Formats: sequence, C-alpha cells, structure tokens
Amino acid sequence: MTDAGKPPASPEWPLFEVFIRSRAGLEHKHVGSLHAADARMAIEHARDVYTRRQEGVSIWVVRSVQIIASDPEEADALFEPARDKVYRHPSFYVIPDEVKNL
Amino acid sequence: MYTQALDTHGKEPVVAAAGESAAHAARFQSRVDADEKIEPKDWMPDAYRQTLIRQISQHAHSEIVGMLPEGNWITRAPSLRRKAVLIAKVQDEGGHGMYLYSAAETLGVTRDHLFEQLLSGAAKYSSIFNYPTLTWADVGAIGWLVDGAAIMNQIPICRCSYGPYARAMVRICKEESFHQRQGFEIMLTLAQGTAAQRLMAQEALNHWWWPSVMMFGPSDADSKHTAQSMRWKIKRFSNDELRQKFIDVTVPQAHFLGLTIPDAQLRWDEATQHYIGGPIDWSEFNAVLKGNGPCNRERLQARRTAWEAGRWVREAASAHAEKLAARTTQAA
Amino acid sequence: MSRAVAAAARPDRALHEALLRYVLRLGDTSLVLGQRLGEWVGHAPTLEEDLGLANLALDLIGQARLLLTYAGEIEGRERDEDALAYLRDAPEFFNLALAEQPNGDFGCTIVRQWLMDSWQLEIYTSLQESTDSRLAAIAAKALKETRYHYRFSSGWLVRLGDGTAESHERVQRAVDELWRFTGELFAADEVDERMVAVGIAPPLSTAEAHWSARVDEDLRAASLKRPAAQPYPWHGKRGVHTEHLGYVLAEMQHLQRTYPGARW
Repeated sequence: MTDAGKPPASPEWPLFEVFIRSRAGLEHKHVGSLHAADARMAIEHARDVYTRRQEGVSIWVVRSVQIIASDPEEADALFEPARDKVYRHPSFYVIPDEVKNL
Repeated sequence: MYTQALDTHGKEPVVAAAGESAAHAARFQSRVDADEKIEPKDWMPDAYRQTLIRQISQHAHSEIVGMLPEGNWITRAPSLRRKAVLIAKVQDEGGHGMYLYSAAETLGVTRDHLFEQLLSGAAKYSSIFNYPTLTWADVGAIGWLVDGAAIMNQIPICRCSYGPYARAMVRICKEESFHQRQGFEIMLTLAQGTAAQRLMAQEALNHWWWPSVMMFGPSDADSKHTAQSMRWKIKRFSNDELRQKFIDVTVPQAHFLGLTIPDAQLRWDEATQHYIGGPIDWSEFNAVLKGNGPCNRERLQARRTAWEAGRWVREAASAHAEKLAARTTQAA
Repeated sequence: MSRAVAAAARPDRALHEALLRYVLRLGDTSLVLGQRLGEWVGHAPTLEEDLGLANLALDLIGQARLLLTYAGEIEGRERDEDALAYLRDAPEFFNLALAEQPNGDFGCTIVRQWLMDSWQLEIYTSLQESTDSRLAAIAAKALKETRYHYRFSSGWLVRLGDGTAESHERVQRAVDELWRFTGELFAADEVDERMVAVGIAPPLSTAEAHWSARVDEDLRAASLKRPAAQPYPWHGKRGVHTEHLGYVLAEMQHLQRTYPGARW
C-alpha cells in the first residue's frame, strides 16, 4: 500500500446503463441505471438490482457517458422523411385475393 | 435513456430564447395533452423539471427511509419464512429507491446531491416513516395499510407524463403487489391467533390508521401543488379522491380481520356508496412534517451514520478503479 | 433421508446421530451468518450494496431452512425449521464460530463473508457427490448461490485491499482479527470422520488444501498478508461458542420465547 494520505472527497461512482436479455432468443433491453466503481461491480449491481425476479439471463452494462444519442430537436429531420415511403410496407401493394402465397 | 450525461450532448442544454419559450411551452403542453410521454432530452419547462425532481426524489427518499422501520424487525422476525419475506421486502424498497433516483438523475441532478439534501434535512420524505415499529404487528400493519396507501398513490403515476418516472413506477407497482399481501397475511395470522396476538394487531391498526389516511397529503382545498401537477399529468387524481378510495377498500378488510377502525364516526353512506370518516387531525400531520414525529431524528441519524460509515468504502472502490484503469493503460 | 443412510442408520444409531449433528452444523452456520447479514439491511455503504448484502442474507436463510428441515426429519421428533431455529439455546447450536462474529465495519463483514464463502465453496462442491442424496441436492443448489457470494466477497476484498491506505489497513486488521476462527473450519472430529467413512461428507484435509490455495491467491491479489495459524479455543461446531452467539439468539428468538406456542 503506497497511497500517501487520504484521497480528496470521493466523487460519485460513475453511472452505468443496464440492459437485460430476459430470455434466450430475445434482445437486450434497457431497464435502468445504477452506480458502480468498476465494470465487475456494475455487473454485480445490475444482477442484484435488476434480476431479483428472474428477469434476465444476460446483462450488458455501459458507462452512461459513452452513449451517444440523437437530439430530439433533430427528430423531424431524422425520422419524418421515412413517413411517406409507404411503398416499403407490404400493405402498399394491391394483389387480388385469389392469388395465394404472396 | 436514464442519464443526465446525455442532456448536453456536447453543447449547452437547450435554453429557450425569450421568443421561443412560448412556442416551446405550447408545444410541450399539447404533447402532454395528447398523452405523449416526455423523455429526458426533450424540451420541458423548468418548473416541470423542478417539480419532477422534487417529487421523484421525495419518493426515492421515502423508499430508503422506509427501509428502516421494517428493517428493524429483520433480526427479530418470528419465523424463518417471515424473515426471508421481510428481507426481500425491505430489499425491494431499496431497489425502488434506486429506480426512482435513476429516474431523477435523468433530469440533470446527481444522486449524491439528492442524498445530501436528504441527510441535511432539506428534502422531505413521507412522514409515515417517522412512526415507530414497536411490535411485530406494526410490521404487518405497515404492509397492509402503508403499502396499501402507497399503491393507491402510485398506480396512477404509472401513467405520468414523464417517461422515466412512469417506467420506474410500472416496475415498482409490479414488484410491490406482494408487499401488501404479506402485510395482510401477518395481520390475519395475528387476528386468528392468541388473545395477546389479537390485541397486538388491534393496537397496530390503532397506531397506523390515521397516519396512513394522512399519507395522501393535505385536503384538496389546502394542497398548493395539485392543479399544476394535474395539468402536467404528473398527478392524475386529487389527494382526497385517492384517500376516499383507500378508505373504501380498507374498511371491509379490517372487518374481515375482525378489527375495529379507530374512528368512532366512521359510517357507510348509502347515498354516495362510500365510507365517510370523521375529521382528520392535521395538527399531528403538521407536527410530524415539521420534524417532531416520534422517530424523525432517529431515521435521519440512521441514514447519516450509514452514509458516513460507508465513505471509506466508496473511496476505496473509486481508488481501486483508478488504479485498475491506470494499470490497464500501462499494460496496453 | 437417503436410502444409503436409511439402510445404514437404522442399525447404527451413532451414524444417525452423527448425520443429524453434521446437518445441524451446516444449517446453523448458514442461519447465523444470514442473521448477521440481515443486520446490514438499510445500513450499507451504498444503496446497491444494500441490495447485494440482502441477497446474500436471503440465500443463506434459504439454505438454513432446507438444512434445518432436513435435520428435523432426521431427528424424528417433529421439530421443524422454526422449532430448531427458535427454540434451541446457544450450546445446542453447532455453527462455526466464525459465522457468529459481529459485523464490525463493512471490511470486517467482507472478510468474514469471504472466509465463509471460500469454505462453503469447497464443502458444497464435494457434498454434491455425497452418498446422502438429500444433502447432495441441497449442496447443488447452495453451490450456485455460494459461487456468487464468493464472487461478491472476493471482489470487495481486492477493492478494499488495493483501494486506499485506510481501506487497506482496515481490511488487513479484519483479516488479522478473524483469522483465529479459521482453525475450526477444517478441524475434523468424530462426526466428520463418520461422515467421511460412509461417503456422506468429504475429507476436510482435501478441502483445506484447496481452500488454502484459493485464500492465498485472493490475499495476494488484494496485497494482504496471511496471518500465522493460531490455535483456537472455540469449538462452535461442538456447541462451544464465543459470547456473541447468545446475543444473536436472544434477538432472533425473542418473540417465539415471549409467546410460547403462538403461530406467526
């Protein structure tokens, strides 16, 4: 132990976002956040906090600051242009009822 | 996403210019009116943000202070089954505190900051937890009455306009459904037990009835926050509406237990199809709120002691994490 | 009771008694340790740690319930888990003395937990192969829980040992304080020998070697020193305890004692 003296008043443990796969075959889904000092602890906390009722079979944690998110102010530019491309959906095409397997 | 770190995303937080403000505010209100959810990075009036921070953090504080009166009885629970149930329940309350602090953190405050407000006495928490648990029946009564009242309060918040708060509440309500049932089961066992146990149960009901009724907050006529919170869909029912609902469902449960509600004026009103109780003594509520309840000091002191005693542990973990990161960098 | 023991136990009263004692030792150890951890709930250094410690307590109480229920069946005097937990006095408890030691600070709790977890890891791993099928099934379930407990406690041991000067000093002191109770973990007596002889329990010497290697490795990772082995005057597994157990039981048993015969 080589630390000289006490460290300065401790900063808060970093925030992690938690993603849980509820069962094999499903994707991981965001469930909430928690604080942990390190990655191993973050997994343990996620297990203790978010899987008390068998909610999961797999856990991802990621430091919250590392998530890059889209800006809601840009939502129109990002998402509106897809609105009129209805031809991307199968219901856009009119096929007579007699034709099967399409 | 549950993180305040995203609010700025490389630039200053959105501050509405004077001209924009009205337009933003109008769009915000129309989204709320249309039952759209508001998410952390969305523009929101500052007062909405502050109201949510206050309400969510109070709610979180209540959960973790609420761990104490029942936690007291973990070591004394009268059977191993009851002990396991009680640990799981008190643990859930810690979990619920966490979900709520997480939701509050999306609004741009840190949990440490909220904690400091609690420990300094600046923040409020539910007054009900300033009452003592003197017998095992008090543990049952908390589950039955206090959790019952809490569920009544919380179910409407699952539809609250703020997404992270609503999602936290959905999770909490789902988990809490066993809390009230285990409390009632304790009361039922006591009510069917020995004379001493029945007396214990009745006394617990006597202790917890009025504080539980008061948990819904001041009468609508005296509640300053209700109107704006209803417009913002942070609140969905008034204090008095929820209180009435609680009384209506709880009185028959007390009858089933063969216990007497400690309100001599309580009667069934055929016309309104409601139980009508006697007047509430708000002076007691206000006294507890002002810090003069039986356990205000003990509860805060317990939280402060835990926080102070844990400081070296939190510091050690941070220091270890830094060394770990430094070693990894060196090795690379 | 398993067929193997049922066959052997009927003619051999001593073996039957030994099995009862052996199961009580395991059950009481889990119960007393779980009870100690229960004292933490609401008072941990962070909210997340509160939930973590509560999970350990729940697992241990769960193990105690299975083991004491089984002990009651072996005994055959219609005592259930609660009769055994709540209506025996300290000399009739056979937990390891380490389990009853006070929580102290978080570092002390972690060291106690880590020592117990690494012991349970060895015992439960071997007990999975027990000729007593009931015990083997309980061990298989408990082992999964114990693996997590060990992950939790050994992780914290390293954090505290490596963390700050203060945490290092505190956790080394806890290791030094608690080490004297580790002598009991692998001290075999006639109960253990009988269990080994019929293949119910593992030889403690093998478990000790594994335990010792694991503990050394963890201490090294945490830059902590292993204290010298110390002779011990406590024989918790024989009912001779430290003064602490009496208080643990007084608190745990008070309702059952105050209202004899009441159901809760």
